This record gives sequence, structure tokens and C-alpha cells, in this order.
Amino acid sequence: MDLLPSILFLQSILAATWRMATPILYAAVGEVFSEKAGVINIGLEGVMLIGAFSAYSVAFESGSLWLGLLVGILAGILSGLIFAFFTITIKANQIVVGAAFNMIGLGITGFLYRSMYAVSPVPLGLKTFPSLEFPFLSSIPFFGEVLFKHNIMVYGTLLLVPVATFVLYKTAFGLSIRAVGEHPKAADTVGVNVLRMRYVSVMIGTALAAVGGAFLVLAYADQFVEGIVSGRGFIALAVVVFGRWKPWGAFWSSLLFGIFYALQLRIQTMPDVNIPYQFLQALPYLATLLVLVGFNKRRVQAPKTLGVPYK
Amino acid sequence: MEDSMPKNNDSQTILRMEEIHKSFPGGVLANRGVNLEVSQGEIHCLLGENGAGKTVLMSVLYGLYKPEAGSIYYKNEKFDVHNPKDAIQNRIGMVHQHFMLVETLSVAENIILGQYKPWKVLNNLEPVIKMIRQMSKDYGLNVDPTSLVQDLSVGEQQRVEILKALYHGADLLILDEPTAVLTPQESEHLLDFLRQLADKGLTIVFITHKLEEVMQISDRVTILRDGKTIATVKTKETNPRELAKMMVGREVLMDLNKKEKQPGKMIFSVKNLSVKDERGLPAVRNFSFDVYEREVVGIAGVSGNGQSELALALAGLMDSEFDSIILNDILITKCDLTRLNQLGMAHIPEDRQKMGLILPFSVSENFIAETFNDRPFSKFGFLQFKTIKNYSQSLVKKFSIRVGDVDEEIAHLSGGNQQKVVVARELDRRPKFLLVNQPTRGIDIGATEFVRQQIIAERDGGAAILLISTDLEEIFALSDRILVMFEGQIMGEVSPNPDMIEQVGLLMAGKTIESAL
Repeated sequence: MDLLPSILFLQSILAATWRMATPILYAAVGEVFSEKAGVINIGLEGVMLIGAFSAYSVAFESGSLWLGLLVGILAGILSGLIFAFFTITIKANQIVVGAAFNMIGLGITGFLYRSMYAVSPVPLGLKTFPSLEFPFLSSIPFFGEVLFKHNIMVYGTLLLVPVATFVLYKTAFGLSIRAVGEHPKAADTVGVNVLRMRYVSVMIGTALAAVGGAFLVLAYADQFVEGIVSGRGFIALAVVVFGRWKPWGAFWSSLLFGIFYALQLRIQTMPDVNIPYQFLQALPYLATLLVLVGFNKRRVQAPKTLGVPYK
Repeated sequence: MEDSMPKNNDSQTILRMEEIHKSFPGGVLANRGVNLEVSQGEIHCLLGENGAGKTVLMSVLYGLYKPEAGSIYYKNEKFDVHNPKDAIQNRIGMVHQHFMLVETLSVAENIILGQYKPWKVLNNLEPVIKMIRQMSKDYGLNVDPTSLVQDLSVGEQQRVEILKALYHGADLLILDEPTAVLTPQESEHLLDFLRQLADKGLTIVFITHKLEEVMQISDRVTILRDGKTIATVKTKETNPRELAKMMVGREVLMDLNKKEKQPGKMIFSVKNLSVKDERGLPAVRNFSFDVYEREVVGIAGVSGNGQSELALALAGLMDSEFDSIILNDILITKCDLTRLNQLGMAHIPEDRQKMGLILPFSVSENFIAETFNDRPFSKFGFLQFKTIKNYSQSLVKKFSIRVGDVDEEIAHLSGGNQQKVVVARELDRRPKFLLVNQPTRGIDIGATEFVRQQIIAERDGGAAILLISTDLEEIFALSDRILVMFEGQIMGEVSPNPDMIEQVGLLMAGKTIESAL
């Protein structure tokens, strides 16, 4: 086999990896905040859809991607507020409320999309965030393609992960979040407002999940389609566990998912491969699951009161 | 330091709580008109049985519970406390019975938790760590501020709790049953230390149900019973007997009339048992012992030294490795619950609510929890309700369990009566080998008396009994031989002679038998 095609193949996969990982990473880092505080939000998928649709419709109507992103985030925060009200104030079962969010997210965005855009006479595409060009760096062979030709939202993850780590591990706020998920009563007895901490953490989580959803329409595909998130919210949940409830852990494990996703996309386009595409589409999910199963034996502890309402 | 804070000799009142009422959902009246008055600089004991309302009263003061009625005056002012933050800001500190420490955080992180505004950057904890080191030196409370709480022993964790309260600044320090988790020597140190604090002007409220502690440490004592204040007396002017009477409401006789031990044949023998805990760390290491007919072997030790794992492994509820286990002349290769039961083992587990009972089930359903599938309780797969009811009523009578109807949900019974149900169920099977873990934890004196008498009666009736308890008094009262457990190992065997209590304490702290004797 010739060397050049293999290098090009590898280059195209690696170039797509980071981009594929980005929406999952935003959602996963958000979920790290939520779960560290003791609230598991399995409704990420629904929240991502809500974020994606709000961002799309505002960007489409206004012509501003940034305005779309902002409104997407606001929609995420609002979703988080509702989720928190049910799970923290009313103390409803977090899994049940999360499942409801997934269904509502899918239903409401599907309904609104059809009623607003399904019979549109005008083209529905957005002009997405462009790839940035760095002088010199972008033209390095191989690495230029892989690392230096992405759009602004992909590079945003380079800011996201260190900032999230700093907030969680180097601020009084982060210390309270971590305490509230492990032993809320202990936090309560030293004057930490447990319920408020959990509200804020959940809303950080859903805001970032909405950014992940918005990425799909503003910087990946150029328009909304029904169910566009297609399971990435669930993968983000797995990524949180695989990443040991740490932002950098989530970073590396979502890249792992990204590489499998990119790989299957490439294999699909290869002419002489006869694997049914449904199987290929399932590959990244299967691979992530398998890694997770192997990983679970290492007994890393989840936050102790994950899923348990306080008082 | 002694000079800067002279002892306040005049009896100035620092805290007054008047007619505190607090009830809980389900109708439990925890406090029904409690009065408490504490003087500046004294050690004031709150004495009462479990459920008397001591902890609830202090939780009200600390802002954890909101009382329905009553008022609090602190430092000569009306004190409205809404949450623990109010209490901390008013220099009230509390060391809870179940430590309020986040195990995954470091000592320093636990101490500063909640003390800063959220946006405060904690990039450099060095100054805090330095200050904690200085404090732990000043007070003689030795802990490393950088270690994780989960790596500390129970005694060390308690020191962290006390340091935390002192770091936050406390004029009034509440300690809730602080010696329950300590060895006798550690308790002794703690009491000395508290006396020093009080001499420096700190006021201490000390919750306990142990009479010796009250006599040893306190200036005054307030006795609570059934959510009411019975009396406040000066310690010098009272005695343990009088205190016990006020605490229980009647004369207490803790005489078990234990007969001399009659040697019999070996019933139960374990060789080299090892158990790993939930985290996969060794909890029980190479444990070997025998139990004979008509004897009680007591396992003493500070809580958390592998006793729970030992009991669960022997009962077949946890995986274990061993060279051999012999029960009733049968060599057992695997600890299997059903098999052990068939061979005549009964198990009174440590936690009646989590393991011994099914709380939403009725009393009679709990009685037949192990035998419901056997005749006469079940025929052709149908439960025989009449037989079950008759059987249950006979047990209720025999063990004088206070319950209106055997069909009542067991969750509604008091702790003592719940424990009696477990004991009745297990003893009624006439076990050859009885495994008992913490049989009287959290139950009142009357039920304690009863349960202990039943255990002794079972021993005299021929059973071999292994008693695991962190209550040294219980171990000494019931056992014929005592094995002391420390970090999963047997440190030595001693006889239950009251003179040996100090040696047992040293063994519990991990000293070898040579150095202890």
C-alpha cells in the first residue's frame, strides 16, 4: 500500500475528530458541573435540541450567528431553571424529569420546525462560522489540516476546559459545588446554600448543553433538522463518567468518541466497503460503550449523592 | 494564652432556651417544652436516652431545625437563628455525631468550606494551611491539613471537626456524643482537652448518655426525657444513680445474673478469614477463632475496624476468603446464607432498619421473613394467614413487644421494639450459633436490658454466640472471652475482668498485647 493515501486518510479523520467531539464536549463539561453538585440530568439530549433550534431560528431570522448563540444559551438556562425546579425544589425523580425533557425537546423542536420552516419558499441554510486561517500554522503539512483550520466554536473548547477546571478546583464556588454533591448536609452546616448551589450548577450544565446543540446548526451543519442531536446528549453523559467527572477527562474522552465518529463517516464514503451504513453509524456509540464497560471496573466513585434530592 | 482569656468565675448566663417545641412529620414530638440555661465558661452536659430530644434541641440552636414555639436568648439578646450560617456568625460551633466532613476533600478545604464569597479564588491555600498547622499545634490537635479526610481515622476526623469549629470562631461549642467513636484513651484525651478549653473561657455543651462522662467532665447537667426537661443539677451535688433514675424515669438494675461458664464442645470455628471492603481494601485479615457451646465470645473494637465486614462475611452476605469454617461439625467451603441457616446459624444484624427488617412490611410479615416458604406458614404456595397471625401473637407475648396489632407496619414501632422483633425472629429458630452485631445500639435502657437477658438465656440454653459490639460496657457484661479487633486483625484475647478495661482500650488503639499488659 502506498504511504500517501494512508496519511491523507489519517489526516482527514483526525481533522474531523476535534470537530465531532466539540458538541459532546460542551454538553459533557456542563454535565460535570451538574453531577458534581449531585444532580444527574439525563435530559441533555432534549436541552441540546432546544439550544439548537433556538439558535437556528434566531440566527436565521436575524442573520446574526452570535445573536443565535446567545438566545440558544438563554433557552438552555431557562430549560435548566425548569429542570431544577422539578428536581430540586419539588424533588421529583431526576431520571424521570430528564427523560421527560428528552421527549419534550424532541417534540417541541420538531413541531416548531415543521410549522415554521417545513414549507419555506426561501433557502433555509445559514452561513456558518467560517474556519479560521492562521498565518503559517494553517499551512503546515498534516498538522495544519488537523489542528489549525477549525472554526471559532471548536477553538472555544480550548478555553472552556481550563476555565471549567479552574472554577471547579480553584474557587470557593467550585469547592461548594463539589461539597454539595458529596455531602450536602456537611455543606449546609457550614452555611453553604445547598439548593442554590444545585440550581446554579444545573443551569451551567444546561447552558453549556445548549451551546453544544447550537454548535450543530451554527458551526457544523448549516440548518436545523429534526433530531439533529442524534444521541450526542447521551454520549455526553457517558463521557462524563468516562472522564471521571473532570473537565479534562471529558475532553479526552469526547475526542475518543470523535475519532470513532470521523472514522465511520470516512468508511461510509469508501466505495469498496460493504458494511451496512446503519452498523457504521452505530460504531462510535458501541465503541464508547465498550470502553466504558471496561473502564467501570476501575471503580471510580461518582459524587456520593448523585441523583438524591436534599431534604 | 491562659492569661489573655481568664476564666469567668461569676455564673453569667450565655444561653437560655425557653419552652422549645419541635415535632416532625409523622407526629414525633422531639421537643415538647424544653428549657435549658447554660453559664459562660462551663461544661454543661445534656443527658438523656436516645430519642430524648438532645440532638434536636441543639440542632434548633444551630439553625438546622426551625422550632414551632419557644425562644432563644444568647449573650443577653434574643437570638433568631434561621440557618447554620447565623449560628457560625454568632460564634456557635457544633461537632455533630455523624461527622459533617466531605471525605473527598482535604482537611483544609473542609475547614474553609462556606467561609468565602463564591468568586473568591482559592489558588493558594498555603496561608490557610499554615494557620491550621499553627492552630493544631496550639491546641494539641494533631492533623495534617493537606491530607484527604477519607484517609483519616475516626479520631483524626473528630479533631478536624473540632478544629473546624474553632477556626470558624466559637464562644459556645456543642459536641454531640463525641466519645461514641473513640477508644477509652482517646476519650480521656478529648475530655482533658475540653476541660482546658473551658478553662480558657469557652462554653461547652456536651451531649451524652454516658453517666461516667457526665460525672467526670461537667460542671452542671440538664437531664432530658421524652422531649422534656426533667432537671438541671450541679454535678457535684448528684451521683450516677440519681442521674440514671432521672434519665430513665425509674430505678435501673443492670444485673444480668450471669451464671458461670459451662465448657462445651466446639460449635463454630474459622481459620484465616480475609474480607475486602467495598473499595477493595482489606477489611478483615487472617481472622481465626473458635466459639464453644454455652459461651459468648465478644469482639471489641472501635467502630470501622472491620467488624461490619466480619459479620457480613460470616453471615454469607459478603465475599470472603478462608482456609476453613466449621459449623456444627460440618466443614463449609463457601459462606452461603441458606446453607448456614440450615446448619443452625442465626444472625442479628447491625442495622435493623437496613438489614434486619423490611420497614414497609407488617410485624407478622417480618416475623416470617425467613420461613414464609416453609410449612406451616405456607401450603402449596399459599400463605396461611391464620397460622402466621397466631405465631406472631405468641412471639409478641413471649418477647413483650409493645405493638397494638401484629398487622401494623413495623416502621411505626420504636427502635427498641423493632430490635425485639429481630431478636424474637432469630432466637425462635433455636440457633446453634448466634451471630450478634451491635444488638442494643440506639435502643432505650429497658429494651437493652431485655435483649441482653435474652442473649444470656440463649447462651445458658446451649448456643454458641459471637457478639460484636463497639460498646465496651456491653462486651464486658455479656462476654466470656473478649477478642479485640483493630484494622481487621485480632490484637489479643482477654478475659472480661473489669480490671482489664484499660488493656482492652490499648489493644483497640492498635497496641500489641505485650505492650498493653
